[in-house]
Amino acid sequence: MYGAYGGRYVPETLVPALDELEQGYKLALRDPAFAAELEELGSRYVGRPTPLYDAERFASGGRRILLKREDLCHTGAHKINNAVGQALLATRLGKQRIVAETGAGQHGVATATVCARSGLECVVYMGSEDMRRQHPNVERMRLLGAEVQPVEFGTRTLKEATSEAIRDWISNVETTYYLIGSCVGPHPYPAIVRRLQSVIGREARKQALEMVGRLPEAVVACVGGGSNAIGLFAGFVEDHQVRLVGVEAAGAASLAGGRTAVLHGARSSVLADEDGQILDAHSISAGLDYPGVGPEHAFLRDSGRAEYVTATDEEALAAFHRLAETEGILPALEPAHALARALDLDAEVVLVGLSGRGDKDLGEVLAR
Amino acid sequence: MKTLVIYLMAGHETPELASAVEAGGADVLEIGFPFSDPLADGPVVRRAAERALAAGMRTAACLECLRDVGKRIDLPLVPMTYAALLEAYGWERFASDARAAGATSLIVADLPADEQPELRRVQLVAPTTTDERIALAAEHTDGWLYLVTVTGTTGARSELSPALAPLVERTRRVTDVPLYAGFGVSNPAQAAAAAELADGVVVGSAALLAAEDGPQALEAFVSQLRAALA
Repeated sequence: MYGAYGGRYVPETLVPALDELEQGYKLALRDPAFAAELEELGSRYVGRPTPLYDAERFASGGRRILLKREDLCHTGAHKINNAVGQALLATRLGKQRIVAETGAGQHGVATATVCARSGLECVVYMGSEDMRRQHPNVERMRLLGAEVQPVEFGTRTLKEATSEAIRDWISNVETTYYLIGSCVGPHPYPAIVRRLQSVIGREARKQALEMVGRLPEAVVACVGGGSNAIGLFAGFVEDHQVRLVGVEAAGAASLAGGRTAVLHGARSSVLADEDGQILDAHSISAGLDYPGVGPEHAFLRDSGRAEYVTATDEEALAAFHRLAETEGILPALEPAHALARALDLDAEVVLVGLSGRGDKDLGEVLAR
Repeated sequence: MKTLVIYLMAGHETPELASAVEAGGADVLEIGFPFSDPLADGPVVRRAAERALAAGMRTAACLECLRDVGKRIDLPLVPMTYAALLEAYGWERFASDARAAGATSLIVADLPADEQPELRRVQLVAPTTTDERIALAAEHTDGWLYLVTVTGTTGARSELSPALAPLVERTRRVTDVPLYAGFGVSNPAQAAAAAELADGVVVGSAALLAAEDGPQALEAFVSQLRAALA
């Protein structure tokens, strides 16, 4: 639990599987072989450590903006850090079938990738609206041997895809591992995902000290479900002088504009109406187009340790173009939100989580 | 005689449908309070929930519906919903307002026994539930236990789940409360087979489909289930 947030609001059918997962996860953490395998895969398969890059032309005005280049990970986003680790857990638990949800498709691609590598059956649920706007990722998942299941009801985006993945898991829980893509869902998922993504913050802190000789004044990351942000923040949360800034899409601001509600197995800050019914989120970026957020972010907001702001579709697009033109890097639209806010922070050194690359978004950007 | 529990979604036509359920010979009526993201439900209940929400069936309207149903029929009424509605309304306030509106108990589909343990409700156990958790649910449950016959969501199956018999056996070992079997019980033959094992059956999705054809069709369907359980 994270203060009042978190918990396990799931049908009873899943509770034994969550208990089993928690046990398996605790055993894995105590097993040096698990840590060694994760480390090995990180360096030889994922491409870690990812560089920290000083974006001098993007920053301008004498400030420094350091980019943590998760876009250079295998499959093009930070999602692979989590997928690699959870696939190891699934194998330890003896599961041969993996289900996952995906919004932008990055988590789906990462999951399909690790399943191909480990010889696991892979089913990815994706809203039909997201399949349209992130079509290259649908093709990638299929080439990797995954079955992509369109979700044709409700908003046809990440919220419904997540519900369908959980329903699949309920129906096949004895054979299937649910490989959740963000720090959301019932306990212990938020803790597992945070742990697997914390490599981002650990590396970034060390690299920043080497590069500029001190810690950044602010660390900025985009927040949909919040996994890249929680992983980056994890490296700096004990450094109380470092501001932690999460950037949500203006039309999907579950922290800046939500209320306490229950969604997908956890209590958190959610876009919901006064009756607890979940509202639709709206963002140009499929990865941020989610009405909920990880419970730890709600806790960090309430405690004041992190602050959460928003960026509009237009601001994200402007930052996308600026990074492309000044640095030769096409960011995904998700971290483009973080880039937009990093530009107007009053700080000399800002570290930004560049969570993924923008190839998947070209259609969306060129259509504007 | 075995107990017959019927599920209807809250809506403007529910009081009239409830009378048909009573006339058909049911013993208990569950009334669904719709939620936008119902994880435990298959396509039929989900579609009914979407329609109900589109028709404005929010919590206050559902409580009003419960009150109207209570005026028309004498069956025990049990709202069935999701944690999100109680979180928004206030857990205890929801329970007490539901009681005031005529509810005899409450079912929350995504609230395992160890979450909000002080909230009195009918607990659910599933084929995956461990013996320890069955004991926990039995200790906390309000009157009867809801046996989920399948590892899955609500909705029709071609046959009665083979998981029911071992689940009944394990549950009987720890408790004497009545056991009503639901999820995947959709026709008189399945109801009869389930009732040979359990003390009663719950029929949801199939009742919703019958209700789409109006009160007469629903009454006829409930009568067939009743006859199968006699």
